[in-house]
Amino acid sequence: MAIFDKKSKEALADPLMKNNPISLQVLGICSALAVTVQLNTAVVMTLAVVSVLSVSNTVISILRSMIPGKVRIIVQLSIIASLVILTDQILQAYMYDISKQLSVFVSLIITNCIVMGRAEAFAMQNTPGKSFLDGLGNGLGYGGILISVAFFRELLGSGSVYGYQVVPDSFYAAGYQNMGLMVLSPGAFIILGLIVWAHRIASGVEEE
Amino acid sequence: MHSNTYTIVFMSIITILLGSFLSVANGTLKDIQDLNIENDSKKNILLSLGYYQDPADPWTSDDIKKIFDNNIDSYLLDINGNRINRDPQSVESNINEKSFPIYVDHEDGIVKGYAIPISGKGLWSTLYGFFAIEPDGLTAKGITFYAHKETPGLGGEVDKKWFQDNFSGKRFINDNGDLVGIKVIKGKADPMSMYEVDGISGATVTSKGLEKFLVNDLKKYETFFKNIREG
Repeated sequence: MAIFDKKSKEALADPLMKNNPISLQVLGICSALAVTVQLNTAVVMTLAVVSVLSVSNTVISILRSMIPGKVRIIVQLSIIASLVILTDQILQAYMYDISKQLSVFVSLIITNCIVMGRAEAFAMQNTPGKSFLDGLGNGLGYGGILISVAFFRELLGSGSVYGYQVVPDSFYAAGYQNMGLMVLSPGAFIILGLIVWAHRIASGVEEE
Repeated sequence: MHSNTYTIVFMSIITILLGSFLSVANGTLKDIQDLNIENDSKKNILLSLGYYQDPADPWTSDDIKKIFDNNIDSYLLDINGNRINRDPQSVESNINEKSFPIYVDHEDGIVKGYAIPISGKGLWSTLYGFFAIEPDGLTAKGITFYAHKETPGLGGEVDKKWFQDNFSGKRFINDNGDLVGIKVIKGKADPMSMYEVDGISGATVTSKGLEKFLVNDLKKYETFFKNIREG
């Protein structure tokens, strides 16, 4: 494929596995804990972060030679904040119930380290196309973990997947109980810890 | 290196661009957001009055409008419990202290319940909800909360079914006819008591707040319900 040169491919694929923002860089944990009780909030949150991150990366990359170095963080923040507010407004208009469940966590995308981090570390040095792919990759890498955490939490904590009950009633009749811990934040910590562990073993990364 | 003038001009342009972009977006989406908020509050009035929403097949905004328009009569009361003929939507109850909205559920001319808005401070935030009362004017029918920012799992449990189900059948008027409200007890309430419900463990401030603002809000309607009780 000639459309993607090697660097673009890396920009997109690296954050998915090799350099995942959550499981390897351990960024953006706060929202990963908060919105993963159910799959549908995790999916909407993923979409929100993917769109904010890829658009903010692209816009910042287009402006990168015009942005004065002294105020670059402020410029990045105002662009990111505007996109986040827009996302929040759209959710409130078209997905009201989910936006109520996500509550402050959509607005908190502004302070998500991944978004600022990618703007500063990647978009300021690279072309818009690559920055877009980098944003997309990081958003999806973040979302992948979010969705896996939410999958286990919803399955174990509520016995359902994406709102559909998968644990049969006969199990409950036989004495099976949903794991209440999974509905609370500590459950997310445990699942997330296991994912980070598994991921690090698989990719052979070691802390210095 | 860019000059200071460049920096100032650049920042002004960015600010104006982003600002106008957001105000256009807000202007475009405002109507549909307001409609969502209105529907959400109607939905909560219906839920507090005991209307059942199938979780697998939630109400659409048309359903809500239809059920609400067919069954609920909404009007304002003055401090003496007299009806004022004005649409409650036109008044912010917390700004205008002299008129209080009430939502009456009726079928074939027979009153099935009353819902009143309740709001007040919990631990972190103001809670907003509805409290529904049986036609006898002294028994709770249901309670819902549609907006709060309490800690999920602790104070946030106020919007859970188990907590809200606690309230139905409890009384807020004692045998002498005094308004006593409904106590939210730390731990388990006495199952024989008509005036107590189970509290939320770890959320004493939210529970006490709820208890307090529930009484305060009920006071505003006391003359109205007193008339009902005395026939």
